Amino acid sequence: MTSESGTAEGRFAGERLKLSPFYPRQEELNVREAWSSWNGYKFAEYYYDTEFEYFCVRNLCGTYDICPMQKYEIKGRDAETMLNRMVTRDVRKIGLHRVAYCVWCTDEGRMIDDGTIFRLAEDRFMLTCGSPCTAWLEMSAWGFDDVTVTDVSDELSALSLQGPTSFATLKKMGLDGLETAKPFDIRLFPYHGETLMVSRTGFTGDLGYELWVDRKLGLKMWDELYAAGADYGIQPYGEAATNMARLEAAFIMPAMEFNEALRTVHFEHDQTPFELGLGWLVDFKKPHFSGRAALLAEKERGPVYTLTKLDIEGNRPAEGAHIYSNKRCTREIGYVTSAMWSPAVKANIALAMIETRYLDGPLWAEIYYEKELRHHSRVVRCTQQSKPFWTPARARATPPPEA
Amino acid sequence: MKNAPLSLIALVNSSPRETRSLDRYDSIIVGAGHNGLACASLLARAGQKVLVVEAADEPGGLAATREFHPGYKASVAHSIGRFSEALLEALDLSAHGYQPAVRELPLVGLDESGSHVTIRSDSVTGVDNVDAKAYRDYSRQMARYADALKPFWSKTMPRIAPGGLRDMLTFAHMGWAIRRLGKADMEEFMRVASLPARDLMEEHFSSEILKATLSWDGLLGSRMAPRSPNSSVLLMLYRMAEASRGAHGIPSGGANGLIAALVRSAEASGVEIRCGTPVSGIRIDADEQGLNAVGVTTAEGEQIAAARVVSAADPQRTFVELVGVEYLDIGFTNRIRRLRCDGLVGKLHLALDGLPEFTGLKAPEGRLLIAPDVDAIEFAYDDSKYGRCSEKPVMEIVLPSLADASLAPAGHHVLSAHVMYVPRRLKDGWSETAKQAFAERCIDRIARYAPAIRDLIVHQEFLTPADLDDEYRVTGGHWHHTEFAMDQMLMMRPTYEAAQYSTPIPNLFLCGAGCHPGGDLTGLTGHNAARAILR
Repeated sequence: MTSESGTAEGRFAGERLKLSPFYPRQEELNVREAWSSWNGYKFAEYYYDTEFEYFCVRNLCGTYDICPMQKYEIKGRDAETMLNRMVTRDVRKIGLHRVAYCVWCTDEGRMIDDGTIFRLAEDRFMLTCGSPCTAWLEMSAWGFDDVTVTDVSDELSALSLQGPTSFATLKKMGLDGLETAKPFDIRLFPYHGETLMVSRTGFTGDLGYELWVDRKLGLKMWDELYAAGADYGIQPYGEAATNMARLEAAFIMPAMEFNEALRTVHFEHDQTPFELGLGWLVDFKKPHFSGRAALLAEKERGPVYTLTKLDIEGNRPAEGAHIYSNKRCTREIGYVTSAMWSPAVKANIALAMIETRYLDGPLWAEIYYEKELRHHSRVVRCTQQSKPFWTPARARATPPPEA
Repeated sequence: MKNAPLSLIALVNSSPRETRSLDRYDSIIVGAGHNGLACASLLARAGQKVLVVEAADEPGGLAATREFHPGYKASVAHSIGRFSEALLEALDLSAHGYQPAVRELPLVGLDESGSHVTIRSDSVTGVDNVDAKAYRDYSRQMARYADALKPFWSKTMPRIAPGGLRDMLTFAHMGWAIRRLGKADMEEFMRVASLPARDLMEEHFSSEILKATLSWDGLLGSRMAPRSPNSSVLLMLYRMAEASRGAHGIPSGGANGLIAALVRSAEASGVEIRCGTPVSGIRIDADEQGLNAVGVTTAEGEQIAAARVVSAADPQRTFVELVGVEYLDIGFTNRIRRLRCDGLVGKLHLALDGLPEFTGLKAPEGRLLIAPDVDAIEFAYDDSKYGRCSEKPVMEIVLPSLADASLAPAGHHVLSAHVMYVPRRLKDGWSETAKQAFAERCIDRIARYAPAIRDLIVHQEFLTPADLDDEYRVTGGHWHHTEFAMDQMLMMRPTYEAAQYSTPIPNLFLCGAGCHPGGDLTGLTGHNAARAILR
């Protein structure tokens, strides 16, 4: 027995959370020590205050650490064909230095995960997603002559910069030419002998960018970004503020709106893209992709459930609420997946999975809440929304406003 | 099925290389093994215009007879257990020259001192009275089970998912066949169905050679040994399904006699057979309507169009090499990928300038087993599990030239041996030296029973499963295209979504040994596939 095996380091070696390259700065800024974890990384739930961080993102700009997000490099002569067969969108249509939001499904058409595909060259892509996907990618690549899949999650420093002053911050940082970048465009900049990749992407529904650079330059990039953003109100934001922003944009989250099909135990407790309102991502003009036959049947049959955007009466968040087709709550027709009072929209918003056949009728939510240890419920009317709750014009404007 | 656009495709694709677009085939069969030929004949008899394309220069696949030394011929399949009687009749094979074996080949468990055990379908000699009586009871019991299972082998398996009325009826039929055994027999059948062969033998017999010899037909061709619980009892029963009860014979002309009759029958029905035409791919038409198999591309680049393609090649070769994974769902591909396709049977061919004498045998007739007890089989298997050659190989020897004199010059003979548990992937790789060394080891084993054998050898050839893969284009060199095991049987063979002879790709079908019911020279998969296609 070595002397080290008795120490905490020795006994738990390999068990401890990994630290982001940005950790030295995050540690300073996380005044509440509000840490959780994501894919094995120590990760801030919030730094100072969730609402404060949310308002920074909506009114100024904020950074969100996406180092824990899974990133795979997929390259080779067959890389395009391999991805095109895996995801439901047509990868052939993703232009050079463009990004596309995609989903991929089991043979049965149940959603495994969503993510983004970056086309970096004719035969080279980057796939990002929330959860590890190595096994599925390996299965998807098997049988092709020339494609390699490499997990590059730990090789990159990746930081999301979101909010109305994000463009101004990057411009001040010296990234010239970014103003022509449209949503889902990629721009490359020489950066201390390496390349800094900037994509106009994000998870807040607002103007925003994601920055990708070699891991060793991560801290330098953070410092230069924060120096440039000092006058633009730059702040770090954590998981909680992200969850608020994405809900206003009606973006889906795993384990909230959907269960990843490969991790779901119960039959059909996972979802199809049609149930999640992502039918627009399923390109049946493509002759084949994994799950096509099942999804075609699902489309013809119509999804049993539909993810629905709701504006809910009153101001009590409908988290965990059941949805009924009548005020007496005798016929349950769905459940709320995410809900909050939206400061930006000034409305009580929610996403809910509701049986499609009831969507034409009235919708009632039974909301549960607690007041000083007493439990209450209230039945309130819900109104369907057809558009995402929060869609500022600046999110799409090119060139984007500077502040 | 999208019949309307097919003629359009033929026109749109009318490049100079496109031949026969105006005179399109109804079906192209890939592979002229016995299943491909049987399927082709049945389709042609139903009025289809059928082309069979075969990579080798002769039809027959693993049953084709080849000259391994000038004047000496052998086929990998050296005898026939039970070709489907229904198919013999449907294809009128006797009118096309098929003459079944006159005599059954006894199964002989060789003993070094000459006290052999000889098993015929109704009796056993060389054992004591108790074993002889036990054998009669055992064989009657097994025959009842084999009869109960017989309907399973010639049916399209129902889908596991909720299906139509036909699937329900098949389930009912299968259940009824088992139930009709009667309570006692049914219970006993359910108990023994997945027993290791060794346990079944221990329950009935005391003679070591008898136990080993009777186990053999539950194991041959599989990655299974006497102590493996899985499908060996079912494989035994599968092989006992016809009236021959699994007793082998050598038809006139050997295995090739059957192939020749199948070819004549097919040609008489209008089937066109093109040998020496390797297929490099199955053509998939891909458009907004989805996928559709529309023909094949040959290695020479010729495109041949057809309304459907029926592959007699093994499932891995069909889907991964000929179709390509880009046209398949990922989960489905993964199930095809993990099919167990490594063959474990090597083939030894000896050209002999005289008839070998086996100690204590009047004539070396029958299937002669070198497997003195069940553990000898088990230990031979153990070596192969770790990528080694068996220290003491076990094997089945036949002298096909005794039944078919055309296989060797006058007075000369051919010895053909299935050597069990020869790994496809030898730990250190199959070099010529390794092959020769192992062949010598096999001959040493034979010499213990036929001491003068070495003096008769004119030439020897040893084929490993890897050689069978190369030469016969069978993945892994597996006789049955993929393991005949519980998880790869019935409605799981080769995998769900392809277990009813149709595949996820419209107008692409399977008819080879990788389908239900499985391998051996039975013709059943070709038969079942044709029926499913014509349905």
